Amino acid sequence: MDVKVKILRYNPEVLDESEWKTYSVTLLPGDRVLDALHKIKWEQDGTLTFRRSCAHGVCGSDAMRINGRNRLACKTLIKDLNPEKEITVEPIKGLPVLKDLVVDMEPFFDAYRSVMPFLVTSGHEPTRERIQSQEDRERFDDTTKCILCAACTTSCPVFWSDGQYFGPQAIVGAHRFIFDSRDEGTEQRLEILNDKEGVWRCRTTFNCTDACPRGIEVTKAIQEVKRALIFRRV
Amino acid sequence: MPSKPAGTLYRGREGMWSWVAHRITGVGIFFFLLVHVLDTALVRVSPEAYNEVIGTYKNPIVGLMEVGLVGAILFHAFNGIRLILVDFWAKGPRNQRKLMIGVGVVWVVLFVPFVIRHLTHVFGG
Repeated sequence: MDVKVKILRYNPEVLDESEWKTYSVTLLPGDRVLDALHKIKWEQDGTLTFRRSCAHGVCGSDAMRINGRNRLACKTLIKDLNPEKEITVEPIKGLPVLKDLVVDMEPFFDAYRSVMPFLVTSGHEPTRERIQSQEDRERFDDTTKCILCAACTTSCPVFWSDGQYFGPQAIVGAHRFIFDSRDEGTEQRLEILNDKEGVWRCRTTFNCTDACPRGIEVTKAIQEVKRALIFRRV
Repeated sequence: MPSKPAGTLYRGREGMWSWVAHRITGVGIFFFLLVHVLDTALVRVSPEAYNEVIGTYKNPIVGLMEVGLVGAILFHAFNGIRLILVDFWAKGPRNQRKLMIGVGVVWVVLFVPFVIRHLTHVFGG
């Protein structure tokens, strides 16, 4: 079937403004939006620029705004998008656009780095594994699924208007270690997120939970960090 | 970065729109309270001045504005309770959509009878 794909193009070397361009592509209902982008780039307009690596929903490179919502292009099927109508594709919001669908991810990664997303321990390293019960592992299972695609952070209205906000993803990254029984950096991380640009900025719009391609309950994770801060208990 | 980042509106769901509505009703209620405090304070100037100002409110336009005011306060109040539950009740985030439906139902149940009664006063009496 023929599908119209409307893409928000931007090339700073040609024009200072972004502009919509519509392409017509022949696709199968089971094709993904990424297949449409590939067809356009390979067969119609080689200048179309976007990121993708694994193309199977694992690397988190191709988050973009499809029909107004943040999605991974490689996980969104054409038949789920009402292909009778035009499909709109835009870069994710709130990060500087570099070209077409490519944004500068550095502010996003900076926020992630600042929550210390690594195991913090003290004392001697044990000679064997750090044992953890299944229940303790379960506490943070949901937030281990994050692939750093930025779909959640760039769906957040607070992040659009205030780039200083850590954003949902950084809180998810912190949650993964805060609730890990083997980690000893909890206090430090909670202090970082207690900042005025930390968890208290969350207005529970649930855009992040809806956007997450891994199905992480992002807002729930943020609320758990908020409660850990209020009651000083993890 | 593009000088004019033209794009579509983000298509958030009820969570985002309830947040937008919460802000708008919040600002609206603030301006009502501002006027309300000022006109009530007039009674300290003189009871006659107070009566005169309050008297000007007795017209159908202000009557319709009161409908909007009560609608805004009811939404803001019950959505506020929903937000408290989302923040403090462990099962809140998972049930936020149901809570939203609850807010809508309570809002309709309280607002519709009020509108009927209020408008019969404004236009009937």
